[in-house]
Amino acid sequence: MKRSSFPFIVTLLMLFFLYLPIVILVVNSFNESRFGGVWTGFSLKWYHKLFQDRTIWYALQNSLIVAVSASVTSTILGTLAAFSLHRYRTKLQKIHYGLIYAPLLIPDILMGICLLLFFIALNIQLSLFTIFLAHTTFCISYVTMVVLAKLHNFDFSLVEAAQDLGASGYTVMKRILLPLLMPGLISAFLLSFTLSIDDYIITSFVAGPSSTTLPLYVYGMIKYGSPPIINALSTLLLVVTFICVSITYRLTKEDAQ
Amino acid sequence: MKKQTLREWLLTAPSFIWLVFFFLIPTLIIYAFALRPADFYGGVKEGWSLDAFRSLARPNYFTILWRTLFLSFATTLISLMIALPVGYYIARCKKSTQNLLLLLVVLPFWSSFIVRIYAWKSLLHPEGFVKQLLVHLHIISEETMLLYQLETVLLVMVYSYLPFAILPIYAAASKFNPQLFEAAKDLGMSRPQTFLKVFIPGIRKGIVTAIIMVFIPAVGAYVIPDLVGGPKTEMIGNKIVQKTFIDRNLPEASALSALLSVAVVIPIAALSYFQFYSERKQRTVKKRKSA
Repeated sequence: MKRSSFPFIVTLLMLFFLYLPIVILVVNSFNESRFGGVWTGFSLKWYHKLFQDRTIWYALQNSLIVAVSASVTSTILGTLAAFSLHRYRTKLQKIHYGLIYAPLLIPDILMGICLLLFFIALNIQLSLFTIFLAHTTFCISYVTMVVLAKLHNFDFSLVEAAQDLGASGYTVMKRILLPLLMPGLISAFLLSFTLSIDDYIITSFVAGPSSTTLPLYVYGMIKYGSPPIINALSTLLLVVTFICVSITYRLTKEDAQ
Repeated sequence: MKKQTLREWLLTAPSFIWLVFFFLIPTLIIYAFALRPADFYGGVKEGWSLDAFRSLARPNYFTILWRTLFLSFATTLISLMIALPVGYYIARCKKSTQNLLLLLVVLPFWSSFIVRIYAWKSLLHPEGFVKQLLVHLHIISEETMLLYQLETVLLVMVYSYLPFAILPIYAAASKFNPQLFEAAKDLGMSRPQTFLKVFIPGIRKGIVTAIIMVFIPAVGAYVIPDLVGGPKTEMIGNKIVQKTFIDRNLPEASALSALLSVAVVIPIAALSYFQFYSERKQRTVKKRKSA
């Protein structure tokens, strides 16, 4: 049957639509002109300006502190959750699954305001710590889903074989489960890391006055005057996220083979 | 047996307790806050009041609710229209091409959400690339404003949430048996007929997931209307943020959030019901056939 070329054309247009803004943004970060409409020459001046801006580095440091701590915590909590969900089929696990799935079904803005009111009700000062609590909460669900999918494809006869050969629970964990699940855990960690470092909506609700993260800072720059250093900063951010994605992609590819 | 239960509890407890504390209780708190009277210092007073819910009856809230629903349904519909042919195309490619195309679809979506919105803002900016190009081609005049319109918000929302629609539709389409296309052709169905009567019902589950995945973030959007829209494009999300941070009226912000949660729950419940009902109908048809 001869295939219609319509789906192919739509796919091509869709990719063009998806990449046009990103490509123009990257090109403009090297554009001498202040406005992106016309190309006036190659220049690295926006990168120079970016590296001179101290506040950006302070915000980046805040973002990294939150992202690392939240992704470590959520990877641990989410992995434990995935193990219990995979292993047991009880009523408790049904409720557990509901609790883990529900955060994926509510818009970020609702999660943000809920957490803000919760912190207000408990008289907790907003700070980097409250951002950490919020980020860990939304990352747990993603980690659990990733690890659960890995466990689903995991060959548990390997564990049984090790046990038959006299391995203790600890040895099985250390020599079999962890090494084989490592790619899954790393991709779950990287997913939480990118989610956390990119998050604006929830962070904007639970951030205190001195706990500006990078997205909050960038947002302010976009909203109140738009200097082209955002182009340079965005290009750097794109490079970092693409590196994270390619690592994850490689890990999951090896896993599939 | 006892040891087994203890183990289960130990494995379950960390995430369970965390989510009860930082997800379940906070979610219920908005309803409690919505029933409190506001005080003058940006907090809430003791006692109960329905003032916050009464404030929802303002006519401009009705306009905003209507606009929010319109924008989210339009975003969902347009994303679906694009995702159907794209998901179909990707699913019928070679495995290696499939992986490449999927990577291309998700790659921008991994990059910062704010950065992508900013990219559109600078493209559509009066001095930006698209504006200059369209003026040059005499499609629009120098005075046309591309930013701050309802259509701008819609465009950027589709751009931001499109991958959420493509992925589930691709997943369903790749499980769809391609021989059914041949069968439909042999039985004399035209191509559009096959698409509507064979393909669409075959990937129904993927479509339902795509609708939910796009509709949820769309209905709660506030960053996009805030950055590329203007006062005429405000959505419920913008009002929640305004009431929380500028007017500092937490009960009203909570009442609006409660309203938003209803706007999320009703379509999801309707879709789940529809899916459950159609599956049950299918099962009874099968049973009758086997009987």
